[in-house]
Amino acid sequence: MTTPATNTDVDRSARVAGDNRRKILEATMKRFQYQGDALIEVLHKAQELYGFLSPELLSEVAQRLRLPPSRVYGVATFYHFFSLAPQGEHTCTICLGTACYVRGASLLLHELEALSGVKAGHTSADGRFSLLTARCLGACGIAPAAVLDGEVIGHADRSDLTARIRALLGHEE
Amino acid sequence: MELHELEAIAEREQSQRARLRILCCAAAGCQASGSLEIKRRLETVLTAAGKLAEVDIMPVGCMGLCGHGPLVRIEPSGELFERVTPADAEELVAALEGGPCNVPRCDRNHPFFTRQLPIVLRHCGQINPERIEDYIAVGGYRTLYHVIHEMTPAEVINAITRSGLRGRGGAGYPTGLKWATVAKSPGERKFVVCNADEGDPGAFMDRSVLESDPHLVLEGMAIAAYAVGAEQGFIYVRGEYPLAIERLQKAIVQARRLGLLGAQIFESGFNFRIDIRVGAGAFVCGEETALIASIEGRRGQPRPRPPYPAESGLWGMPTLINNVETFANVTAIIENGPEWYASIGTAKSKGTKVFALTGKIRNTGLIEVPMGISLREIVEEIGGGTPDGIPVKAVQTGGPSGGCIPASLFDTPVDYESLAAVGSIMGSGGMVVMDEHTNMVDVARFYIEFCKDESCGKCIPCRVGTVQLFNLLTRLRNGQGSGNDLIEIEALCELMRETSLCGLGQSAPNPVMSTLHYFRHEYERLIGAEVEHGS
Repeated sequence: MTTPATNTDVDRSARVAGDNRRKILEATMKRFQYQGDALIEVLHKAQELYGFLSPELLSEVAQRLRLPPSRVYGVATFYHFFSLAPQGEHTCTICLGTACYVRGASLLLHELEALSGVKAGHTSADGRFSLLTARCLGACGIAPAAVLDGEVIGHADRSDLTARIRALLGHEE
Repeated sequence: MELHELEAIAEREQSQRARLRILCCAAAGCQASGSLEIKRRLETVLTAAGKLAEVDIMPVGCMGLCGHGPLVRIEPSGELFERVTPADAEELVAALEGGPCNVPRCDRNHPFFTRQLPIVLRHCGQINPERIEDYIAVGGYRTLYHVIHEMTPAEVINAITRSGLRGRGGAGYPTGLKWATVAKSPGERKFVVCNADEGDPGAFMDRSVLESDPHLVLEGMAIAAYAVGAEQGFIYVRGEYPLAIERLQKAIVQARRLGLLGAQIFESGFNFRIDIRVGAGAFVCGEETALIASIEGRRGQPRPRPPYPAESGLWGMPTLINNVETFANVTAIIENGPEWYASIGTAKSKGTKVFALTGKIRNTGLIEVPMGISLREIVEEIGGGTPDGIPVKAVQTGGPSGGCIPASLFDTPVDYESLAAVGSIMGSGGMVVMDEHTNMVDVARFYIEFCKDESCGKCIPCRVGTVQLFNLLTRLRNGQGSGNDLIEIEALCELMRETSLCGLGQSAPNPVMSTLHYFRHEYERLIGAEVEHGS
């Protein structure tokens, strides 16, 4: 099966950027023989490629897998992992699992909210910083745990973490 | 692949092994503490000393004492070093041959090590999880060979039944019975699913097993598939565990390449392939019917049972769903015999259980203990008590579906029935220790907030009940509650327990009920505060 030319925004942006993300996504769908069962796997790939799931991307996936858009939207919004809005340039995820909670993760989160002016689960207006929470990273042995731009930080110390975020955001201003 | 080829691989591995070895923990916890940098630094030091050829530096899985990581062990002396930094590399290399070394050592005679009984974790921290040869060298895949060539499916199921193994996901359903049901259910195709959707916050047993010994789980699944007559398996693993996913993928490719998974395994008529399905962050997907929906690419919403997945699961076919730890027990049971396994533990709870010991505890980490051990032994001896000497108040087992057990009941043996009798559950193995400074109303509210967010919304008692409970607890915590609220909380808990569709809603009240039962004074104190302010 080959890709028929479609005129969606996704395609246009892909052509402009000259990237092959669209091709990779197509290959993923093809690997699953365009079966609706593979929807979650396909959305994982789409988010990995594009960073978030735009409405255009979702309807594109719906079309290719021959699923109603409502089903695709329903799945994308059901699972926490999928993000329908772009993330900030920098992200900090605070683990709120029980072990981290008992070791003061919620205090850490409040401090970061105050510092960044961003509420948990949101991105700053300038798109620089997203403050996220996780249910459990499974890194309970080093609680409280945080993830700063992909790097897991164990025994996260309030002053250390705020200093790092301040440096991260302030440095580029 | 034939048995003698497997044995040849094992022999080659053993003969090539260097006498001097340095084992660096490369599981997620220690990696986050910088263990890979230590490994690089060790390589640099050994290269500079011209000793790289004489010493093996191995990345291994979890060595247990995660809170004291990064951990490094040296062989043959077996010394275990904790809180290692890259700057310690020179001294560690010196220690290999008995030289001076001031890096802090773990006391291997501490109850943390001596009280454990590793079965599931027996290879953790011993082998490189990314090399199938390491697994074969410790006897891996020989049980699968033995099963395929020397046992009938019925004999395998019989062995699992006699061992007394029960589901390690938390509910404790007899594993042999489940296997037998799937085996006898008619269906043109059958499936084996490994539930690695370890959503319980404060638990990381499954992650550690998958990161440290992925082949053990694959072999257990293959044996299960042979027993129930399945040719396709799935591992449903949390998206939050990238390292576990990566290692599983590697392991599957390696096993397939050696003909240990795929078509005609060990030159027999038995075919079995395993695919990974990555979860997308939904606690409810740990519930088996929701998990099935998720593998089928739908919203993870549970459905009423029966029919149970054993009769009608994935795509309506008989499906065996077991937890990671359950599969990880299989090879040991077949290898050593069901009687051996049944001799460990209590009358109704056999074998061992892996726990993630966390919270306000000195020795945070992963432990495997025989069933029947008391909570006191786990918390005080293995865990070493709280880090700052503040008395322990309670332990929480079973996560959002479990309860808080007060220190006064620490002589309770750890088995399915005893934990249920004190208002908690065995659960998947999260064990969070709380000290006197922990506010139990806050803890209850924390879990209800979790369940409120994670409720899939399908049934009303859970969807609405969790929100109402959360609101009541919030009001109480803010000093605006009344005595009537406690009555309402209790009634609501009862209603949710009785009428929710799935385990999530039915068990969501447990943390509230158990704290209300054992720590009622903490709730009442909050009401008292309101009365004083009001008058």
